[in-house]
Amino acid sequence: MYEKTLAEQSQMLAKGECSSSELTAHYLDRIARLDGELNSLISVSADAATASAAAADAKRASKGDSPLLGVPMVHKDIFCVEGGRTTCGSRMLENFHAPYTATVVNKLNDAGMVMLGKANMDEFAMGSSNENSYFGGVKNPWQQNCVPGGSSGGSAALVAARLAPMATGTDTGGSIRQPAAFCGLTGIKPTYGRVSRYGMIAFASSLDQAGPLAITAEDCAMVLQAMAGFDERDSTSSTQSVPDFTANLDKSIDGLKIGVPEEYFSQGLDDAVATQVRAALTEYEKLGAKLVSVSLPNQSLCIPAYYVVAPAEASSNLSRFDGVRFGYRCENPVDLEDLYTRSRGEGFGAEVKRRILIGTYALSAGYYDAYYLKAQQVRRLISDDFDNAFKEVDVIAGPTTPTPAFESGAKTDDPVAMYLNDLYTVSANLCGLPAISMPCGDVNGLPVGLQLTGQYFDEARLLHAAHRYQQATDWHTRMPAGIE
Amino acid sequence: MSWETVIGLEIHAQLATRSKIFSGASTAFGAEPNTQASAVDLGLPGVLPVVNAGVVEMAVRFALATDAHITQRSQFARKNYFYPDLPKGYQISQMALPIVGEGAVTVSLPDGSEKTINITRAHLEEDAGKSVHDLFPDKTGIDLNRAGTPLLEIVSEPDMRSAEEAVAYARYIHALVRYIEICDGNMQEGSFRCDANISVRPSGQSEFGTRAEIKNLNSFRFLERAILFEVERQIELLEDGHEVVQETRLYDSEKDETRSMRSKEEANDYRYFPDPDLPPLVVEDAFIEQVRSNMPELPKVRRTRFIEQYKLTPTDADTLMADRATAEYFEAVLDGQKFAPKLAANWIIGELSGRLNKENCDIEHASVQPSRMAQLLARIEDGTISGKIGKQVFDEMWGNDASADDVIEKKGLKQITDTSAIEAMIDEVIAANPSQVAEYQGGKEKLLSFFVGAVMKASKGKANPGQLNQILREKLKSS
Repeated sequence: MYEKTLAEQSQMLAKGECSSSELTAHYLDRIARLDGELNSLISVSADAATASAAAADAKRASKGDSPLLGVPMVHKDIFCVEGGRTTCGSRMLENFHAPYTATVVNKLNDAGMVMLGKANMDEFAMGSSNENSYFGGVKNPWQQNCVPGGSSGGSAALVAARLAPMATGTDTGGSIRQPAAFCGLTGIKPTYGRVSRYGMIAFASSLDQAGPLAITAEDCAMVLQAMAGFDERDSTSSTQSVPDFTANLDKSIDGLKIGVPEEYFSQGLDDAVATQVRAALTEYEKLGAKLVSVSLPNQSLCIPAYYVVAPAEASSNLSRFDGVRFGYRCENPVDLEDLYTRSRGEGFGAEVKRRILIGTYALSAGYYDAYYLKAQQVRRLISDDFDNAFKEVDVIAGPTTPTPAFESGAKTDDPVAMYLNDLYTVSANLCGLPAISMPCGDVNGLPVGLQLTGQYFDEARLLHAAHRYQQATDWHTRMPAGIE
Repeated sequence: MSWETVIGLEIHAQLATRSKIFSGASTAFGAEPNTQASAVDLGLPGVLPVVNAGVVEMAVRFALATDAHITQRSQFARKNYFYPDLPKGYQISQMALPIVGEGAVTVSLPDGSEKTINITRAHLEEDAGKSVHDLFPDKTGIDLNRAGTPLLEIVSEPDMRSAEEAVAYARYIHALVRYIEICDGNMQEGSFRCDANISVRPSGQSEFGTRAEIKNLNSFRFLERAILFEVERQIELLEDGHEVVQETRLYDSEKDETRSMRSKEEANDYRYFPDPDLPPLVVEDAFIEQVRSNMPELPKVRRTRFIEQYKLTPTDADTLMADRATAEYFEAVLDGQKFAPKLAANWIIGELSGRLNKENCDIEHASVQPSRMAQLLARIEDGTISGKIGKQVFDEMWGNDASADDVIEKKGLKQITDTSAIEAMIDEVIAANPSQVAEYQGGKEKLLSFFVGAVMKASKGKANPGQLNQILREKLKSS
């Protein structure tokens, strides 16, 4: 059953070809057999999942008809779930049990989905390789010596290994799209404000968005449908109405104008990846789309701006982890200063500390104007670039990442090399635009991702375009070897 | 050398909402520690602030009451610092774009003059929790009930030149925020507290001197004492050839002195930046107009009306205006009555206030409510009783619900206006005091009051004073 997509499983459940209990048991068995090696989950809630599956089956019997009813899934361990622990991949929250549940989790619960467990991730969602998790690295199922990407590395690895048909992720600078690309999946970061951030542990509040990682665009559309919508508990969530994401998936994309920024194909891009992405664009032309050359002149400023804004917000967001009320507290503090410095020094990992330091510096008196304020101005310029491009085109296409998945340890000593993984993904976060990554090729057995970026609240068009591509190609159906 | 004092005040008024500024938890005072702290107030991971619409309305009221600019797109900012009673490691406040911009108030000074004090800004922010140092040996407890309580921080220009002016301004703002019902003004519970920025400079110099900030003054007396001490301290330093250090100081009311808390060098770098969890706070024109239409009559407007409509002296008007409840009591007493407003003013300022003070009771809970007070004053006005007997009747009315007429009737306090009865009493007194009569007739007219007193005593205070005086004079002349 594991090779089926979420949409197919939904059909099987609706037709009574299998029960949620069978499906759930099937995946729990796979997790038990395969995840010892992958390490994609931080916790597995087998009993609760079995109970939810039974409840879903009961609901189905009494005419429950949500398309997601009884479908198993995994949440990234950044979403608070009452009754279990939420670690955010950190020692700081190793034993944290939230007394509330994230809106995303509530919505998917309400839709009848069955949570199997919580996915591994880079600590506080900071990382591009999942090597920053306190709970250990995650292996890429395509090649186990490679990283699955990050920060939603666990979510991507487990769906790639078919330990669940779908997992949630969060994306602050590419953390859904980059691991989706590295693991051969489809993942969408919605428009900022489309999905509630309530109960999702904050990394950089003005950039964070939740979204699904799944096998197909259609699967993503089905899940995003249930995740999206205004939430009165998140003041930054949007009151924009949520369209039916699946309604027009099968329609033609004839005449779709795809912008191709020259800046995406210049320095830093792996040649083999470029070749695959260009091939995908040619495929789009065959489907009736029109390629238009566009320019994003401030593309080179994305990474610098992002690595000021995100750490600045993070430095403030992570101040609450002080050892006073919850989370990790050092042994026998001698005074308040000692309590703070050792609790935070011992509770946070190296990358988190690095970003707190960068962010604190960027916001300091005397540096604020030169760094934080300047970065916000650059953010405006980048946004203007996209606004201009969208006067000409419907979506913007390019590679999701400059390279395919790299080997574990290859970039751990070089933070800047690591940050350059986010070259093509951070702009969507800086501007708040929706963007999707889908598999479009293969380089030496490792998947390559194609990214489409859309206008505000235009997720439907991205999902539609991705779905049409997937109707015509089979990259998304390929599975890693050895996951039987 | 003579010195000039320069003072600016930052007043923290706790806004009288039932729930907190960014969460639904209660703001009630005095609950068990940490029973009124929600996940948002505790700063738990993943939770988000949502602005309580009530605080926005209150800030707009304040702006309207001080003729202040309203920022229609204001912004919340984070003030970052670590302290155990600050759950998130930052306080949500407003920095670059406060909701209330420049305004001004005109305050009356004790010498009868007026002074305009400019207000720089007023911004919304959340209060911190409280560290409890005396509950556990060797440990500090944290009570987060107060965390997230809404505050309006009202920042004045350095326009005050003496402790007296600072206190007059603080009292004005204190009365104002209660008038417009945005703050209960309870200083013991910390609902209204001041920070004073104080400096001195040689008279005639235009630049300001180096200032010290005295934190958390929670009574007008402490505000006055702290300023007086601090001014003297700074002048002494300067006259001895030292410099004033820019620093934060605390006022110790037991020792009546200010002490250094932290210097400028030790001050935190708060790393303010716009709070990304909260979009700009938008105040629409329609909302402002709606708030305007619900505003109560402002103190300055009411004061003018009291003086013109009721012919009160400015001093009486100010006294009645001291709080809204007193002013409303006054107008309720006058409602539909014919007696002079001055009579009601005198009784409220005199007898009623005295009684309330003695019983430590506020006017809303006065035993004699406006309708019964009006009955009493009507009986004085129509001559049924004298003003002096009125006080006796008032005392009899306090603590029960008897009407003035009942008390007058039951106690037989009705004024004697029967001329023959008064004459009889006068005759008796004249007959009993022949030598004083002779002295009076010999020119010692001061003795008249002796006779008045004696007759009044004989009548048990009930003789009509006017009649008594008139008949007595005639009888003394002719006897």
